[in-house]
Order: sequence, then structure tokens, then C-alpha cells
Amino acid sequence: MNQKTIYFDNAATTRVSPKVFKSMMPFFQNSYGNPSTIYSLGREARQAIEVAREKIANSINADKEEIFFTGSGTESDNWAIKGIAYANRKKGNHIITTNIEHHAILNTCKNLERNGFEVTYVPVEKNGIVNPKDILKEIRKDTVLISVMFANNEIGTLQPIVEIGKITKENGIYFHTDAVQAVGNIKIDVNELNIDLLSLSAHKLNGPKGVGALYIRKGVKIENLIHGGGQENRMRAGTENVASIVGLGKAIELATEDIEGKAKYLTNLREKAIKSILENIPHTIINGDRERRLPGNINVCFEYIEGESILLLLDSLGICASSGSACTSGSLNPSHVLLAIGLPHEIAHGSLRLSFSKENTEEEVDFLLEKLPPIISRLRDMSPLYTQVKK
Amino acid sequence: MEEYSNKVMDHFMNPRNVGIIEDANGIGEVGNPVCGDIMKMYIKVKENVIVDVKFQTFGCGAAVATSSITTELVKGKTLEEALKLTNEKVAEALDGLPPIKMHCSNLASQALKAAIEDYLKNGKEK
Ligand SMILES: Cc1ncc(COP(=O)(O)O)c(C=O)c1O
Ligand SMILES: [Zn+2]
Repeated sequence: MNQKTIYFDNAATTRVSPKVFKSMMPFFQNSYGNPSTIYSLGREARQAIEVAREKIANSINADKEEIFFTGSGTESDNWAIKGIAYANRKKGNHIITTNIEHHAILNTCKNLERNGFEVTYVPVEKNGIVNPKDILKEIRKDTVLISVMFANNEIGTLQPIVEIGKITKENGIYFHTDAVQAVGNIKIDVNELNIDLLSLSAHKLNGPKGVGALYIRKGVKIENLIHGGGQENRMRAGTENVASIVGLGKAIELATEDIEGKAKYLTNLREKAIKSILENIPHTIINGDRERRLPGNINVCFEYIEGESILLLLDSLGICASSGSACTSGSLNPSHVLLAIGLPHEIAHGSLRLSFSKENTEEEVDFLLEKLPPIISRLRDMSPLYTQVKK
Repeated sequence: MEEYSNKVMDHFMNPRNVGIIEDANGIGEVGNPVCGDIMKMYIKVKENVIVDVKFQTFGCGAAVATSSITTELVKGKTLEEALKLTNEKVAEALDGLPPIKMHCSNLASQALKAAIEDYLKNGKEK
């Protein structure tokens, strides 16, 4: 069987684009010098890093000096949360975040709680968006940081970053946003939005895995996370991952070239798919706000069936997607995000996430829309829960 | 997600004995929607032998495959033989299951036991 792969899991990771791949190549075997050295081999690498830094800064309207390379989006999140918490302990030890953050944020906060910090996890509303008023209510004298993701990785909902930026500015609290899913999909201006810290990751925008960046506004008081040599202006030690940093720079440049055009293309695919799914498959729920969501994200629950089974049947047709069911997470609980928007466990188990990229074609989406209804009926026919409903 | 054996995938893609036995004389249901797997097993017992068995499953690939192989393993067996089925034997018959899936695999043998208990309690006269 030699079927084509149809990749609808771009929120998990993306294919490295040919242009990005090409930009990285010289730094493995030709310009392989250590960027901290003074001879030309090292200077070439240093220069390439600085060009990448500039590209990232330009893409979010930051200064070059405010961009720091890291080993992943996860590291950026850890650094932002822990770095602010430990550096501002004298002022206070309270952090506010939401209950739909990525585990890179949630588990970092859990770690801080075990070390004497206090964290408030503000619940989102049923549409998967946090109400800024609910955040405002939780602010205390000792609140030092508010961290709210730009766009959710599972249900794609866009959070009220404008409003939260105003709140943090008025109250003199640092504002961090995990923008790993948003960069390249949504236009971001850190100054307009009053963002103090922003995490991003290359592999979600057709760049390589294992490289990210943290934007830190000038003047923000933050401690280092990784200690060692003097790289990254003495803020993040470790010999730079030159090729990957160059790839990140190229990827972000390409991803932010035509955000509106891409958004239009993806929104069109998304709306076509949602419409067809709702028309052709009964007992179906679209998760997350219908409008305020990432252009390429669909998250849907099919009642009475379980997500992993859907994924296996899709995989047998070459279609890659993901689910928030317990059986795909390796725990007994379905995704915390689906529970946070109020779905009962049994419905959350039947979730399917499709995340499109501009590499996806309308034909691919049509193929999915043709194959999905029979897959769902086949699983429902097997389900004891569905038999009860039919009666 | 850890990889499934070919045997698991075969039973998932082509499950044996799916459905309902209308005149079953033993029915067992285990699991719950909260944990994500529910199995319902129907048996038809004649003279102490399971002459027919069918299942319905709400669950993952492992849940479907273990249900399916369980029906194959016990069809034609006496109740005493069938009661000896353990989840280890079920997993073994599928050439193994990923460790995190053992939870799901327990359910198939439990559903069968529940169906046999139901038969012994209520079904004999049917
Ligand atoms: C919202 C969000 N934050 C953080 C991460 C972690 O990024 P990385 O995979 O680069 O560690 C991801 C990706 O899984 C994500 O979607
Ligand atoms: Zn399972």
C-alpha cells in the first residue's frame, strides 16, 4: 500500500520548508565555527545568528536586543515563569494564569507552587476564552506576573491579549504570553499589546524542532534559567544551535510574510470542513469559539465514540490528526482544555483536532470530508452508548 | 502513542463478533464513560457451553481489539474454561499490548466474567 500522507496535525508540528532547510545547510559543514570565537569561521556563525535575531524582532515589532534564543517553546515558557517569579520575589510571589495553558506553563506553575509561590488558575468560559474581568478580580498586591497564552493549541481559541495587556500595564504587573501557536498565524506587535515576555517555537512554523525564543522587554527583571557561559548576552548559556537558529529566523520571516493571505486561505478550508462535518455527522460539537480561533484549527467532539479509534481509522487512510482522549494521552483523563470548557468526560473522549497549514489543499480536505462520516458511523455502530441513544 | 502489534491492528480494523445477541442469556457491562472505555459482552449459553458471543465497545484501539479477541477465545468453550481467561492471556493472544494500555485490556475479560455471572444468576432458565 503506497498511499499519500495527508497531514492535518500542524498544531503538533510542521514540515520544515525547503527554503528553511536550505538556509540551515551551510552551518553544519561549512560555517561550523563556534559563534563565540574571533576568526572568520566563528564570525560567520555569529553574524548569521544576529540576522536571525533581527528577523524575529521585526516579526513582532521588538528590538533585536530583546530576543533570546532557547532550546524550545517549553524552555521559553519555563524561563519566563520561573525567571520572573524568582527575580521578583521581594515584590510578591503570586502568579495568575489560566486553566487552559499548555503543560509547559501549567507544570512550571505547579513546580513553583511546590516551592512556595502561589498561582491562581483562572477558568475560561464555555467558548474557551478567558474573561479579562475574571483576571482583574484575581489581582493582589503581591501579583508579579500574568501569563495567558495567545492562542490555545487544542481548541485554537484566541485569548483577549489586548485587554489583558491594558490590565497588566495599569497594575504594574509583568505580562507573559505563550505565543507558540500564534506566531505566523496572527499579527503580533508586542508594543501595541503591552506584552513584556513572549514565547515562540520554530517547529510550529515550518522551522526545525528543538529551537525557540523568548522576547524579554528591555528593563524587565528576570533571572536566568540556564547557567553557564556568557552566550545570549549572559542571559542563556550554551553554545548556540546555529543552524536551527538560522532556520528559525528564516521560518519566521516566511511565516509572517503574508499572514492575511494565509489566514484567508486557512479560514476558508476550516469553514468548509466545519460546515460539512456539522451537516453530515449528527451528535457533533464544535469546541471553542466559532470565530475567535486560529484560522487553521478545528476541534470537534463526536459523541458516543472514542478519539483514538478515530485516529487509527484516519491513519489507515494516510490522514494524520490528533485527539484529546485519555487513551491518547496515556492517562485516565481526557484533555484538561476540553474539561475546562465544560465538556463531560465521555464527550471529551471523542475529540478530534484537525490543524491545517498552507501546504494543505482543498482536495485533501475533500478527501477527509468524504471519509470521515463512514468512520464515525462505523465506530458508533460498535458503541454500546450509541445503541442506547438509538432506542 | 505506542505502537500496536499487527494482531491488535487486525482485530481493530476487522473486529470479530461485533453486535448484539437479541436472545442472549448473559450480558455483562464494565467500564465507565469517565475513564474512556466501556464494554458490553453478550453470551448465548447452551448446556454449559458458550455457543455464541458478541460485543460492543466504546473505546480505544486496544479496547476494541481485546474485546474482539476475547470473543474468539471463548466461543465454543465451557463456562469453566471461559472463566479461566485472564487479561494477560488476552494480551498474549494479541502479541502484546503497550504497557499504558493494560487498563483497557483488563476490561474485556471483566466484561466476559460479568456476562457469565449474569447468566449464572439470571439467565439459566431463559
Ligand atoms: C501553546 C504551546 N506552548 C508550548 C509548546 C511547547 O513548544 P516546544 O514543543 O517547542 O517545546 C507548544 C507545543 O507543543 C504549544 O502548543
Ligand atoms: Zn483505552
